[in-house]
Amino acid sequence: MEERVTLSHGSGGRKMMELLEEVVFPLIGGGSPWNAEDAAILDLPPGRLAITTDSFVVQPPFFPGGDIGKLAVCGTVNDLAMRGARPLFLTMGLILEEGLPIETLRRALRSASEWARKAGVGIVAGDTKVVGRGQADGLYVNATGVGIVKESLEVGISLARPGDLLVINGYVGDHEVAVLSCRDGLDLRVKVESDCAPLASLVEAMLSAGDVHAMRDPTRGGLAAVLSEMATASRVSLELWEDRIPVREEVRAVCEVLGLDPLLMANEGKVVAAVRYDHAERVLEAMRAHPLGRDASVIGRVGEGRPGEVVLVTPLGSRRLLRMPSGEQFPRIC
Amino acid sequence: MRYVDDFRDPEVARRLVRAVLDLGKKMTVMEVCGTHTMAISRSGLRSLLAPAVDLLSGPGCPVCVTSEMDIARAIALAELPDVILATFGDMMKVPGPQGTLMDAQSRGARVKVVYSPLEAVKLARENPGDKVVFLGVGFETTAPTVAASLLVAREEGLGNFYVLSLHKTVPPALRALVEQDDFRVEGFILPGHVSAIIGTRPYRFLAEEFRIPCVIAGFEPADVLRAIHLLMTMERPEVEVEYSRAVKPEGNPKAKEIMEAVFQPCGAEWRGLGFIEDSGLRLRDEFERHDASLWEVEVPDAPGERGCRCGDVLCGRIRPTDCPLFGRTCTPESPVGPCMVSSEGTCASYYLYEGLWHDPGSRER
Amino acid sequence: MCLAVPAEVVELREGGTALVRVGGLQQEISLLLLDGVEVGDYVLVHAGFAIEKVDQQEAERTRELLEELAGLEGESEIR
Repeated sequence: MEERVTLSHGSGGRKMMELLEEVVFPLIGGGSPWNAEDAAILDLPPGRLAITTDSFVVQPPFFPGGDIGKLAVCGTVNDLAMRGARPLFLTMGLILEEGLPIETLRRALRSASEWARKAGVGIVAGDTKVVGRGQADGLYVNATGVGIVKESLEVGISLARPGDLLVINGYVGDHEVAVLSCRDGLDLRVKVESDCAPLASLVEAMLSAGDVHAMRDPTRGGLAAVLSEMATASRVSLELWEDRIPVREEVRAVCEVLGLDPLLMANEGKVVAAVRYDHAERVLEAMRAHPLGRDASVIGRVGEGRPGEVVLVTPLGSRRLLRMPSGEQFPRIC
Repeated sequence: MRYVDDFRDPEVARRLVRAVLDLGKKMTVMEVCGTHTMAISRSGLRSLLAPAVDLLSGPGCPVCVTSEMDIARAIALAELPDVILATFGDMMKVPGPQGTLMDAQSRGARVKVVYSPLEAVKLARENPGDKVVFLGVGFETTAPTVAASLLVAREEGLGNFYVLSLHKTVPPALRALVEQDDFRVEGFILPGHVSAIIGTRPYRFLAEEFRIPCVIAGFEPADVLRAIHLLMTMERPEVEVEYSRAVKPEGNPKAKEIMEAVFQPCGAEWRGLGFIEDSGLRLRDEFERHDASLWEVEVPDAPGERGCRCGDVLCGRIRPTDCPLFGRTCTPESPVGPCMVSSEGTCASYYLYEGLWHDPGSRER
Repeated sequence: MCLAVPAEVVELREGGTALVRVGGLQQEISLLLLDGVEVGDYVLVHAGFAIEKVDQQEAERTRELLEELAGLEGESEIR
């Protein structure tokens, strides 16, 4: 087979079957229904269906601690987990740019397959399209995830309640710094790996330890964006304690040098949750007993301020507003 | 992080706040450095020290003081077909009459964010068929880095490396500021990193001619607090150095020499302050062939007044919250004036960090 | 107006550059604006250039002054 993807790999003919049979099927969907039929038919356990979709366009596609395949699986699984769902199935749509090395595709799919297995989800349907050189940037992945939520469970961004404590499962900013460290032009030699991880089993442990009202994974826009959303959706005021937020020294150093804010940095393996205050101890304990929650801590609470407001309490004891970030952060010299 | 964390003990800072308040004095203090603006806003010092210390932010953000015409010119250059415009990230969201550099990029302009001007030189090396224009903004801290990069490019014979110099210098702007009739500031916190280059002498006129106490300060909350304490206890006006770990009286002679070899003073237009003699830096004639300010490009007219009061904010005449546009039509998502653009801009840092305190509804909490 | 971060010089390199360390981050920076830099020095880095050395004695003195000012006048008030 060729070393690179060509337009004929997307033509629907023999070339395409070759790509699917030699590269795609052996890695994902092997033995599952998607290689023969137009749609997968699945048996579901009892409960309500949770469904989510997300597209992944990360540049570069491979970075310390992760890659676009792992990211697609984890990102989708995590979105399901944030509603309290147990993730079951994924679909995966691939958009390939003409000229993409087949080996790059293999690596990404191998990783997706490995992480789907680890997260306990099956990749049950998929699609592949090829676009001309310059019409996409290497490899894009769209993933849809399906999961099941117990009848009685209600977890959502709008359900944080007065008195709740805010917990997080570890250090913030690792993912964004890991990706930044392999960008062209920025000479950042730093040993930070992306925190990219499937959070479903951690969330399951949290849910069985106590009442978790609201959860979100602080991806793009970081803690600042997610907490703004939570405060607005739940009509509560959130209070965040700056000196309790776990930030690695390496991440802090990158932020100092480039003038970035760790609270705005993306994560791919973090969950921030509003937990009933008298259950927080137990939930925290359950988190710390899980490999993805060892550095879990309480970082704030639902306060008494005005609904929609996120207030940051600084180490000096002053209080300031934390606003929804306005967009991409650029490295600054000022 | 050594020399960062050493000065960041919150307990020390909390006690310094107390020490300042215990003086039982009142003072209006202005800092003229965006990094100070940011440090003060992020740590919430302004609210902790009110009303004893009225902390104003002057024209210390190079993005904010860049005139609209200059921004328009930069964008016009970026839109030339054979140009790659390299810029510090700070300039990406600054609105000119044709939108921002980000907008220009979406229309097809090639704009590249760099962390160091040497990366722009590298771009020129790697793209010999294109012209790489580095957008030079910043004060005396930054101008030497651009000068040194230009010398590297010239040495290598990179004829496709250009600089659009919008650099400005601090002392002439301070003079223009204090010469204003209604100037009421009683003490200056002077920029630490500009001073690391230029030393203490260029500020002496503030103390000697205008009798205003000055302290050159570092950037941790404790540094700023000690600077305020020094200002409040100074017996007669002087230029003191709180940031002595980085600032020598003579500055950095080598950096100054390189800056002066490449740049010469010129008149410059400051947003808010207007035209100030000898407050800008332009490339010396011998660097003509690298000077992108000499290119003839069509620059659209700036729309002029839109009710934005950034000028008054920069001069300390009003607070951002006094501007009728603040937080209404002017926000970091769609800034009207430059002070809302850079996160170290006075308005943006008020908006981002101090909304709580200045918002009458929540002031009491 | 200008971010500059204290970095430890780890290694001097050819062509007037140095490898420096800030926390867990390493970067190659230019020494074109600063003479007499040695391994072990701390320098302030702005836009990829060392712009000045951190004077270690002055840093220590400032720290002592800060603590003195904090301790002398604040002790009785803070618990």
